[in-house]
Amino acid sequence: MVTTKPWDVHWSNGTSSGGAAEPSVAPLGSAEPSVTVSGRLTLDAIMPLDEALRVQPPAGPALAIDLSGVTGIDTAGAWAIAGLMQRWQGAGIPARLIGASPDVASLVGALANAPLLTKRRKRGQSVIDRLERIGRSVTAQASNTADFVAFLGQVLVVLGLTLIGRRPLRGHAVIHQAEAIGVNALGIVGLLLFLVGLVVAQQGAVQLRQFGAEVFTVNLIGRSTSRELGILLAAIMVAGRSGSAFAAQIGSMKLNQEIDALRTIGLDPIEVLVIPRVIACSLMMLGLAFYGILCALVAGGLFVWLQLDMPPGTYVQRLQEVTPLSDFVIGMVKAPVFGFIIALMGCFHGFNVTGNAESVGARTTQAVVESIFVVIVFDALFAFFFSSLGYN
Amino acid sequence: MADAQPHLSPTLPDGADVALRVRGLVTGFGDRLVHDGLNLDVARGEILGLVGGSGSGKSVLMRTIIGLQPARAGQISIFGRDALDPDPAAQRALRRQWGVLFQEGALFSGLSVADNIEVPMREYLDLPGSVLAGLAAARLRLVGLPDDAGAKFPSELSGGMKKRAGLARALALDPPLLFLDEPTAGLDPISAAGFDGLIKLLKETLGLTLFLITHDLDTLHAICDRVAVLGEGRVLACGTIEQLRAFDHPWVQEYFAGARGRAADASIPAMSAA
Repeated sequence: MVTTKPWDVHWSNGTSSGGAAEPSVAPLGSAEPSVTVSGRLTLDAIMPLDEALRVQPPAGPALAIDLSGVTGIDTAGAWAIAGLMQRWQGAGIPARLIGASPDVASLVGALANAPLLTKRRKRGQSVIDRLERIGRSVTAQASNTADFVAFLGQVLVVLGLTLIGRRPLRGHAVIHQAEAIGVNALGIVGLLLFLVGLVVAQQGAVQLRQFGAEVFTVNLIGRSTSRELGILLAAIMVAGRSGSAFAAQIGSMKLNQEIDALRTIGLDPIEVLVIPRVIACSLMMLGLAFYGILCALVAGGLFVWLQLDMPPGTYVQRLQEVTPLSDFVIGMVKAPVFGFIIALMGCFHGFNVTGNAESVGARTTQAVVESIFVVIVFDALFAFFFSSLGYN
Repeated sequence: MADAQPHLSPTLPDGADVALRVRGLVTGFGDRLVHDGLNLDVARGEILGLVGGSGSGKSVLMRTIIGLQPARAGQISIFGRDALDPDPAAQRALRRQWGVLFQEGALFSGLSVADNIEVPMREYLDLPGSVLAGLAAARLRLVGLPDDAGAKFPSELSGGMKKRAGLARALALDPPLLFLDEPTAGLDPISAAGFDGLIKLLKETLGLTLFLITHDLDTLHAICDRVAVLGEGRVLACGTIEQLRAFDHPWVQEYFAGARGRAADASIPAMSAA
């Protein structure tokens, strides 16, 4: 860094012509120290300039800063000069500019007394700080849960009023959402369940062959997909595709004050934004789950036909014999509940976006993770519930 | 009148000290042309105001100059460098030459205000944290933000404070050229006048060249050296407000000679006396 500096700093203590190389000048008595700064004071060479201005510790009756040789200055250069004045004045020694052009003087003046450091929000490392953070996250979680319960209540009230006709149902929005949630997901959900059907059939056949019981592959396909896999995988797909979209859409609307605009126009955001999504998501989950089960059964049928030489007619007949209708009904009962959970979670997190773009991302992630988690918890509850009713 | 027209040419004579030169610029979306053969010069050290009706392509022009949007044809040079040079190193060197204040400030919402101001400095300079923080605080002071604003996040600031913080970030590298998109829109008259004064101080002390899009007639009167009027895909006229008032074009006449234009004109002696 010994490139030619665009500026020059020359310290003088008034009695001797001491240069910048003598940092520890003895007490200066009555002589007035001065510093002559000349050249271009710009951001590119700000570090060495700042250091050169710190060489001399504040001492003496007053400091004169001679800027008559300054040929160019920017805000960084002015900051360095203002910092020099501030350090000396902080030590009780008056500092003044001499020979500065009015422009330079006004720029330095504009930066005078700028704080040298901004306070930062630092993460404390002490035990107290850690405890505080734990406490904060616990209370945040608790209030988040309370908020969710309140939101659930609001949605149920408005949903009830809508169903009995006391609130208008926004049919257009429901159709639009249904297309986004259901119709547009047909390809990916179908492909996913088709592949899962193949894998279940193939893995099942390999294991069952050891007992010579390959024919029971049909039982495995029929019962596992229609009661659990079809619904669960469709729900996970919808949570990833649509739950995240709800959170991001509503979150962006919130940041953009669109939610406030709805309220001021006299529209209830729950009615306009949440109810159509909840209804469309519940209905479409029903449809997607049914369609997904079909795809998995078709894939299983193809596998047993090609690998186990079971003709399709026999496969369908066996399916009807071994899969109780209750399996299918249980699946179809669970699907809309899962759709409701996903839509509710997505909308809830969307409404809780605050402040910045990062919050949209965090809430979207939370919406997906929590809705999948809650869906699986409910799936387990359903399994226990229906088993205890005797539907095995 | 016929005599006055040539003086309102958007181009400066050869040999003038030009900071920004646009020649034959063509931009468009689909089959719609926004600019068709636009010429404009901005002299070093001047404040050029750009006005024009909605949809006349003011923002598109600014975005094209700063490289956010491709030009279909034409040349743009900034301090003699070709701004349309696709070479990444050239683009990087070029971006060091200008600062941009977007209409809403466009602060990074995940960073505090001080961190926002430090971003360009961190990217282009190798400075220790204490100097960065000091420079960021100095910029905050310069644009008239309180000292505690540095630790705040953009969402905690008012609209006017966001603009000031955006200006502080645009100034972070002390660029010789500043682009401001509607710097005073949405500010109360006192804040707007303060912002005008700030821009003028920066121009006078730092010798900055400013290119500003504005509809604020007070700003145009108070600080702009020249005003360029955009319309019909080109710069219709460029000159001082007095020259433009005498310019024979219906839109220009209505803009500067309308009731609001006259009111802003009348307020100027009072403002400069204050």
